[in-house]
Amino acid sequence: MKLIVIGCGRVGSTIAKRFASDGWSVTAVDENESALSRLGENWTGGFIVGHGMDASVLREAGIEDADAVVVATDGDNTNLIIGQVAQKRFGVDCTVVRILDPARADFFRERGLRTICPTSTAIDALTDAVRSCDIPQRPLEEAPV
Amino acid sequence: MYVLIAGGGKAGANVMRTLLRNGHEATIIEQRRDRFERLEAEFEHQAMHGDATELFVLEKAGIKRPPDLVLALTGDDEDNMVIAQIAKEKYGVGKVIARVNDPRNQPHFDLLGISPTVCATSSILGLVEHEVPEHDLIHLLELRKENLEIVEVQIDKSSPSAGQTVEKLRLPEGSRLISIMRDGKAEIAVGSTELQPGDQVLAILQPGKEDELRRILLKK
Repeated sequence: MKLIVIGCGRVGSTIAKRFASDGWSVTAVDENESALSRLGENWTGGFIVGHGMDASVLREAGIEDADAVVVATDGDNTNLIIGQVAQKRFGVDCTVVRILDPARADFFRERGLRTICPTSTAIDALTDAVRSCDIPQRPLEEAPV
Repeated sequence: MYVLIAGGGKAGANVMRTLLRNGHEATIIEQRRDRFERLEAEFEHQAMHGDATELFVLEKAGIKRPPDLVLALTGDDEDNMVIAQIAKEKYGVGKVIARVNDPRNQPHFDLLGISPTVCATSSILGLVEHEVPEHDLIHLLELRKENLEIVEVQIDKSSPSAGQTVEKLRLPEGSRLISIMRDGKAEIAVGSTELQPGDQVLAILQPGKEDELRRILLKK
């Protein structure tokens, strides 16, 4: 199976390493060459320096026969466009896009793009964490006279 | 008419000024604080500070009315594409004009159905093409919605089409000659029109037929 990860930051690089250790053929794409170091010294997968908006960079990364694409650069709008290009132009059905703004994530999800919103996930997790706290009951205060 | 402008650089601010002068209603959204302050000094409450790709910013600017026209004029192509998609598909804005900063992104705009678009770099390149004599086929106008374009071709002595009538030319399917400019006078091209060296021919065709047309008219 072949995966392309666009945006090789904290999130992208970890996903790339995870799938590589599962035996997938993985190519990471990042604008900065220094992002390669995030993949570790033993990285045997592909690494392309370039912008994901550039169709020739996507082709060089092998998008034409990719089984899955993860888009996780640090720009929501950049991710939205690259995700739609991967899905609509290159026909990769399993395209997953990280979007930080819940409103845009919802709107583009309704339109058929698989968006993952870490902000919404954090809101839910934090809310649940507070609700599940074991908070001791306060002693009843005396009613004012 | 109510117009919403995203992006308050030179293009946005000048369009804003003209619209207001012509009696239209308009709001301009700018993200950069320094630029916004200058816009606010000039346009007062009609300037808004914020990221025009955020739904709540667009809603505060009145996108729900919806505007008659949205102009996506920021310096970022991805932002312009997202603004255009949101305006059209979420808020039902009838017309959106988007600016293309990098012509290499034009295919993305086309893929997402964003039209019309305006690209200063492509316009300049078009004009340069017009000035360079080696270019035998000049793009004059692209009609994206119709998937047609209008080109100009210069016929010379060595062109195989010189001396032929239009009806005898085996023009590629999806192409037509529009007019012939000869000695400073234009005439509509009909079946019996004969092409002559020195003619400037206007043709309308589907994009991708240029090479076929060039071969039949110029054999190059």
